[in-house]
Amino acid sequence: MSGLAAGIRAAYYDQKVCVLERHYTIGGLNSFYRLRGRNYDVGLHAVTNFTPPGTRKGPFARLLRQLRMKWDDFGLSPQLMSSISFPGTELLFDNNIDLLRSEVAREFPAQIDNFDRLIDSLVDYDDLEQKHFEVSTRERLEQLIPDPLLIEMILCPIMWYGNPRERDMDWGQFCIMFRSLFLEGFARPFDGVRLILKKLVRKFRDLGGELKLRTGVSKIKVQNGRAIGVVLDSGEELGGENILSSAGAIETFKLCESNDDVHAHTTGQLSFVEAISTLDKFPREFGHDKTIVFFNDSEKFHWERPTEDFCDVRTGVVCTPNNYCYDEKDGDLPDGIMRVTALADYERWRNVDEQQYQSEKQKWFDRVQASATRFVPDYRQHVIDNDMFTPHTIHRFTWHENGAVYGATRKWLDGTTSIKNLFLCGTDQGFVGIIGSIVSGISMANQHLLARS
Amino acid sequence: MTPAEIRAAVIDILETIAPDEDLSNLDDAKEFRDQMELDSMDFLDIVMELRKRYRVQVPEEDYENLVSMASTVSYLEPKMAETPAE
Repeated sequence: MSGLAAGIRAAYYDQKVCVLERHYTIGGLNSFYRLRGRNYDVGLHAVTNFTPPGTRKGPFARLLRQLRMKWDDFGLSPQLMSSISFPGTELLFDNNIDLLRSEVAREFPAQIDNFDRLIDSLVDYDDLEQKHFEVSTRERLEQLIPDPLLIEMILCPIMWYGNPRERDMDWGQFCIMFRSLFLEGFARPFDGVRLILKKLVRKFRDLGGELKLRTGVSKIKVQNGRAIGVVLDSGEELGGENILSSAGAIETFKLCESNDDVHAHTTGQLSFVEAISTLDKFPREFGHDKTIVFFNDSEKFHWERPTEDFCDVRTGVVCTPNNYCYDEKDGDLPDGIMRVTALADYERWRNVDEQQYQSEKQKWFDRVQASATRFVPDYRQHVIDNDMFTPHTIHRFTWHENGAVYGATRKWLDGTTSIKNLFLCGTDQGFVGIIGSIVSGISMANQHLLARS
Repeated sequence: MTPAEIRAAVIDILETIAPDEDLSNLDDAKEFRDQMELDSMDFLDIVMELRKRYRVQVPEEDYENLVSMASTVSYLEPKMAETPAE
């Protein structure tokens, strides 16, 4: 998506652009697959950064202006209500920060002033700089909020939706995510993320851009410190003035065949499984009316790659795509759907044969659901169809090393590399999520393809 | 183009970049930034649209001339004197 957004910007200002996509469909992880007549979304739980029509500030408003699109083009419907659920303590939130504030005041009365101070201390999107970006979030939070449980409860949703690092988080990334989740909000297009993808592709092609699907890049050719073109999987070569890569930082450096592996240690370790169930009832019919539930089964939130087993189900995210405030004319989705995400170890999932892969999938599907139903009504008797995607699936869609959903553990905020006309955009530039990746593509195209042209 | 035509051309660009802004009460002497929600990306777009529509080049060191409508028009006047009005 970041590549397509960058392509739209460059093509709009009359540059000749070709977008190369390895997969047969676009969108990277924000994609879907079809199984037994049903579409399964891979990426989208929610579009974060949601702001209502007429809002002039924030990434979504900026994106619309920059791509010359209308608010309605995204077809977004806001969430109903979500929660952060720990044993015995729950914080509800929606797209208005006042609800979360009142919940913090109710559950943690001594901390509400500190919580307000936290909100005031968030760095604005535009003021993010590399040197402040990498400060420890845990240290900052401990200074601001002397209540460990509240810290863990704030970190749980924020890490789940965009932290590539284990255990701690870059302060800059925390600020981005806090804004996008709590000060802006969640929404979803009724027709899924496919609608947004279609609009972006149409826009890009209308402006004269060329999109090649099933066209993987196997090498970026570098001569005298400049990228001169790419070699495709087919062996064909394409030349270009500038190359913008959304393949991920480490993945891009590997394509350049530089022997420089100084960034190898920044490869992300965090990957997921997701148990998707189709139900014979709508979730609200058995009393589940929340959009997203972030759960954790103890007072300490463990955000790390499982080392003992295929998955770690102590924490997870339950997403119910039915529970958005859809337009009356659309009604509800055709089926009730519950999606539960848990942490998973890419290596274990990769190193099993097909038979064991299938049996582990079944086993962990049951465990993930059993864990989640401690925090949401038990829906298991209503399941009529199911599937689970694994780190293996994520790797297939994103090509990220380790199936790391949020990419490398450090970010390249300015998008530059040691090769002067090769730039990064997308997850490893620093913004995650759908709006985030589009904004990443826009800003990298502005800085490196347009402002310097 | 006359200064009035240049002003109209800039208004047209601003409408493209920020379709939700009401430009009818724009004060030419005041900075855009104080009257509209424009960020650095939008300023780049003013420059890029001028280039795209009128082939006018605004080098980076001259961006400061684009702070208000009055300064923009007087900066563009010599550059666009020969540009035919649309």
